[in-house]
Amino acid sequence: MALPLFSPGDDPGPDFAALLRRSDPSVPPVTGIDAVPGAVTVRHGTTVVALRYGDGVVMAGDRRATEGNLIAHRAMEKVFAADRHSVVAIAGAAGPAVQMVRLFQTQLEHYEKVEGVALSLEGKANQLGQMVRENLPMAMQGLVVVPLFAGYDLSRRQGRIFSYDVTGGHYEEADHAATGSGGRDARTTIKLGWHPDLARHDAIELAVRALYEAADEDSATGGPDLVRGIFPMVATVTEEGYETVADTEVAERFGSLVERRGLGSASS
Amino acid sequence: MTMPFYVAPEQVMKDRAEYAQKGIARGRSLVATVYDGGILMVADNPSRSLHKVSEIYDRIAFAGVGKYNEFDQLRVAGVRHADTKGFAFSREDVDARSLANLYAQFLGQVFTHEMKPLEVEILVAELGVDEGHDQLYHVAYEGTITDEDRFAVLGGETETITARVAEAYVDGWDLDTALRAAVSALAGPDRTLGPEDLEVAVLARTSGRRAFRRLGASELEVRLSEPRRPSKGGRSGSRATAEAGDEGA
Repeated sequence: MALPLFSPGDDPGPDFAALLRRSDPSVPPVTGIDAVPGAVTVRHGTTVVALRYGDGVVMAGDRRATEGNLIAHRAMEKVFAADRHSVVAIAGAAGPAVQMVRLFQTQLEHYEKVEGVALSLEGKANQLGQMVRENLPMAMQGLVVVPLFAGYDLSRRQGRIFSYDVTGGHYEEADHAATGSGGRDARTTIKLGWHPDLARHDAIELAVRALYEAADEDSATGGPDLVRGIFPMVATVTEEGYETVADTEVAERFGSLVERRGLGSASS
Repeated sequence: MTMPFYVAPEQVMKDRAEYAQKGIARGRSLVATVYDGGILMVADNPSRSLHKVSEIYDRIAFAGVGKYNEFDQLRVAGVRHADTKGFAFSREDVDARSLANLYAQFLGQVFTHEMKPLEVEILVAELGVDEGHDQLYHVAYEGTITDEDRFAVLGGETETITARVAEAYVDGWDLDTALRAAVSALAGPDRTLGPEDLEVAVLARTSGRRAFRRLGASELEVRLSEPRRPSKGGRSGSRATAEAGDEGA
């Protein structure tokens, strides 16, 4: 590797993807698998939810990845820290989705280091939208990636949520969002339980409950796995930054959920 | 047909070195030193936005003195190199040594082949996993690279500042002691440097994945103003006091 220096006319600026295209050919290309042969089964990730609460946002995702009707992975992580004050979760084809998240994380940090200031939350949401749009040719082949993005807006001092479609269009959600194959059930659950001044533990409980209801109806969404001790991944973003909610706390929330209402009633 | 005058290679190199040295000496200096919790970098820099010290990667920082546009170009190239490497391989494969070598090669190349050498002196600092493994790579304008494991001084008047830091240096000193020593070494006996004249950053082992952190004016004010040990005021004998204090802590 040589020192990546560019002439002023060719300088990629703070854009990491543009830098990759200009530099070392040993670095794998960012996007663009041109043709996928007919019948491949790829791993798919599934239900992710996000909701606003008093201090910021909660984002949660189940842990199951499927290949067709098989369970491919039981403990996959679908919720990632995008940077200090934002979080991204993925639904869709696991391979390209994880690669997209890695590129997105690097892009945000790269911008921050080159420019000396972090991107605004809206700027980050736009960046992710561009990456989803660049994935469109692959989406047409069936490798759809649909992220969910949320973060704490330091200038507005509130949590904000953005949802995406396959074309890279992104839409700011007022209070909550859910995506993936179990997204409908999760959305309904959140809609019924959400109110503006949720406390942190109530928000986590609602997110976890939404995933439970989704897993109850959708075979591609994993519920809590008490045998192996695998619980949904939950993270919060507040003014202090991104924080993963510990497994023990998620387990506790599940416990109190079962106690209070008896989740058995969902089987009616 | 005119014949170009013959100039001896020694003379060419000497002229270029003198030119670069002059440019660097015009600027203000910078001190970097290891302390018990990481690496401290203190620059004599009144600007809030044109930084001399900045983050390259998780555990790597960059510091430069001399011409701002020239070392800033090197800084951005370093960030690009590190991010590309971390993305292609893994975050732990990014190291300061290879980056410092690239800088040295580039500076050497420019020094021997271009009309004008770069008027910069840079430092690549890497935080080790524990105390005693921190590295400071000091790269001079002509590509000479030296590695230090205690402290490094960049810029003009390096000899006097180096002597002052060396006098105060104690193995395993804490952040506040190191900071005060670095600031007084930069200031010298005739000046005092306040928080508004300084740019200070650390690579701290406690900061998590991204170890780089800037110390703002308010934090500097606190750290500079209240020596924990009242006897630290006098410069003579400060070494003994600091050692005694560290044992007690």
